[in-house]
Amino acid sequence: MRTDRIVLGAFLALLLLVPAILSPYYVTLLNYIGLYAMVALGLVLLTGVGGLTSFGQAAFVGLGAYTTAALTTAPDLPGWLAWVGASPWLTLVAGLILTAIVALLIGSLTLKLSGHFLPLGTIAWGISLYFLFGTMQDLGGHTGISGIPAIGLLGWTLDEGGEIYYLIWAFLLVAMLTTHNLLDSREGRAIRALKGGRVMAEAMGVDTSRSRMVIFVIAALLACASGWLYAHMQRFVNPTPFGVHIGIEYLFMAVVGGAGYVWGAIVGAGVITVLKQWLQDWLPSLLGATGNFETIVFGLLMVLVLHRAREGLWPILKKLVPVRARNKTIDPDAEALPRRTLPKAGELILEARDVTRKFGGLVANNNMSLEVRAGEILALIGPNGAGKSTMFNQISGVDTPTSGEVRFLGKPVAGHDSREIARMGMSRTFQHVKLLPTMSVLENVAIGAHLRSTQGVLSSAWRLDRAEEARILKEAARQIERVGLAEHMYEEAGNLALGQQRILEIARALCADPCLLLLDEPAAGLRFKEKEALGELLRKLRAEGMATLIVEHDMDFVMSLVDRVVVMEFGQKIAEGLPDEVQQNPAVLEAYLGGVE
Amino acid sequence: MDMSIALILSQDGITNGAIYALLALALVLVFAVTRVIFIQQGEFVAYGALTLAMMQSGALPATVWMLVVMGALVTALDGVRALKAGQGRRAVGVAGWNLAYPLALAAALGALPVNEAPLALQVLLTLAIVVPMGPMMYRLMYQPIASAPVLVLLIVSVALHIAMVGLGLLFFGAEGQRTPAFSEFSFEIGPLMVSAQTLWVLLVSALLIVALYQFFGRTLYGKALRATAINRMGAQLMGISPTLAGRLTFFLAAFIGALSGVLIAPITTIYYDTGFLIGLKGFVAAIIGGLASYPLAALGALAVGLLEAFASFWASAYKEVIVFTLIIPVLLWRSLTSHHVEEEE
Repeated sequence: MRTDRIVLGAFLALLLLVPAILSPYYVTLLNYIGLYAMVALGLVLLTGVGGLTSFGQAAFVGLGAYTTAALTTAPDLPGWLAWVGASPWLTLVAGLILTAIVALLIGSLTLKLSGHFLPLGTIAWGISLYFLFGTMQDLGGHTGISGIPAIGLLGWTLDEGGEIYYLIWAFLLVAMLTTHNLLDSREGRAIRALKGGRVMAEAMGVDTSRSRMVIFVIAALLACASGWLYAHMQRFVNPTPFGVHIGIEYLFMAVVGGAGYVWGAIVGAGVITVLKQWLQDWLPSLLGATGNFETIVFGLLMVLVLHRAREGLWPILKKLVPVRARNKTIDPDAEALPRRTLPKAGELILEARDVTRKFGGLVANNNMSLEVRAGEILALIGPNGAGKSTMFNQISGVDTPTSGEVRFLGKPVAGHDSREIARMGMSRTFQHVKLLPTMSVLENVAIGAHLRSTQGVLSSAWRLDRAEEARILKEAARQIERVGLAEHMYEEAGNLALGQQRILEIARALCADPCLLLLDEPAAGLRFKEKEALGELLRKLRAEGMATLIVEHDMDFVMSLVDRVVVMEFGQKIAEGLPDEVQQNPAVLEAYLGGVE
Repeated sequence: MDMSIALILSQDGITNGAIYALLALALVLVFAVTRVIFIQQGEFVAYGALTLAMMQSGALPATVWMLVVMGALVTALDGVRALKAGQGRRAVGVAGWNLAYPLALAAALGALPVNEAPLALQVLLTLAIVVPMGPMMYRLMYQPIASAPVLVLLIVSVALHIAMVGLGLLFFGAEGQRTPAFSEFSFEIGPLMVSAQTLWVLLVSALLIVALYQFFGRTLYGKALRATAINRMGAQLMGISPTLAGRLTFFLAAFIGALSGVLIAPITTIYYDTGFLIGLKGFVAAIIGGLASYPLAALGALAVGLLEAFASFWASAYKEVIVFTLIIPVLLWRSLTSHHVEEEE
């Protein structure tokens, strides 16, 4: 039997037995840990995986708690709302809907902004919501709302700590399972690309703004569910536990436990909760004064964790448990992903006409024209500073020409974002390698197939996506084998040599099933044998009808491979033609070797 | 509302706005030079005000012990490193500034009857205690992770903020304090009664802004900080030490924070945790300036001050909600004007 299953089984059995073994004090403590871990889990997804920091999660907890508190205790709800107050389960749904709406609103305001505006924004609206809870008379002001009913489940009333314990931990475990599943899927790879790989992900067709919104809403919903449980456990709510300082504590839990790991949420919530109890008993008598002095220790502890173990405690604990992550299995029988019909050889794929790009007074590209046809490899060469990269940016739609036009498959490129261009069938590699270093080679390449698959967040979370996932992984494995990285398939991409990382990018681009491949210096950093293999691959693709544009410095590589060459200098085209012709061209010789006086 | 109420509210708004402007300038400065979002700015305000109040009550300000502890830690780190490198004189310098100075200060405060000293001396001593904590904090908390992503630095700031609030409660207790005004003088302009403290706040703010402007425009250190803010790597290659830039920035920020605290202590009652809200209002102003533009941040600060004053008249229960919700239209405007996908660090 697999060790990870044994360890997990033992953990679950222990959880099941807790109320029978431990005193009510510890059961209550575990209830709190479960509630906090659920919020921290949202932050794992949001902050640890997605790179978005929020100090305002406590406000979402409050939204969940106050929604159910207000609806289940109000003596006279308006008629259209009265039926919701009848059962806590209905108010849970109401709270989740309200939270989703609020999260969508706040998210649409702040998620577009660069990293640090979001956390600052979250502090501000966290404070606003907190003051709102405290000042609205309908919500009981600072005294709060009491008399909240207990949750009923199949005729069973969960009005004791040892009973609601099971509900809390069931919620948490389901949430963890869902999050775990989600991260290991097509949508999950897109989410994991948010931190440090947005430009790449967009070029592979991932709508990163949508992915950011998805995790923001999920984190808010987890917080809301925790608040709902809290309200029905305490049977009383007031604004105190939903202030911004508690929001900060939630973030600490995630960071201390290990913000990048699903299990880090439980570890962090456990450590902080137990420590808080202990410090609250112990510090006031030590310092001879009453107050929340545990914040001093928490603050300094937090700084220490960030200085010494930025990944949190979970990776350290994980080493003690004999569980190793298993490689993904590739199902050889999975159906192949659908392919696009490649244009016939010789058909015009890409056409740049009179492209001029000025940066102020500097003319980086001046009246550049080129075309690439299906089944052809075109090289764009030129000395350093000739404007090749600028031209590459105009073609790939990253930048827009000052005048002139780039047309891809007859349609203008300008005005489309990277995603649309990727969908049209243009796929690219980057001059400075952009991959996700801690993800496996297989998963990195699988991102390329994003647009060839459709399964969304819900189906991923509930594992309804496995058939398509198998097809994606099979395709990714096929491309990896094709480029010759098969033996590195399960390694972390960051461990590969630079040349291999460039090859990985080609596999990723191929995984998108493009009809035009844009390669930015693919041979840089490759050894002779690797270059030969790359050349072989590109020739094979050409025979299949692929159009390839390649920017490259390695002349031997270029001249033996490509069909035609365009030479640039000072932003202009100085020559175009067959490799042999270009090599004899006096203008080219002068550009590369200097003029003969 | 009649004209005279509007005038009084405007006076309040502008006075508070001037303080928010100072804080916003410091926040923009710290972020630009070190990429640290200086959440603890508000605690420096509270520490400044409450240290002065404690000194006036005749007690030994507890913050001086914090200075001693922080100084001892810096000495342990830097002094030992200097000794190991065989730089004896450097080690003596480190120990002098970080160990001898705080101890001497503590001894002087304990021995002299500072509660009877003139106000100017008390203010000076307050600054002498609180301001050096800025560079020490940079050394201990930020310097070891100076190249970490912005978000990690932000979490460190938030952690230090809550630690400082806890320490504030320990040092100063839960009671609020209000210090006597710098002078009792006041005069009337039409229906408006202007107190001298208001003038003090406006005058000092204006002087400080001019002084900072001169510092950044005319001095070598000021230019070094500007260079670091524009291009950290480039500045480093030109021989500007990022460590020095960081410590200098934190010195300035702590100075601005503590001075702001001393200035507003006669106007509002300051509690150990008041600083956070004051600092955050500086933040709202700084965000209006996009954490980059000083003049926009200063204008934003005046807007925040005025909005707060008028909100407290019309809907005093919702004062804070209104001020912090102001950030939403600002963020909306910023999000509508930024289109590109940007790579997080």
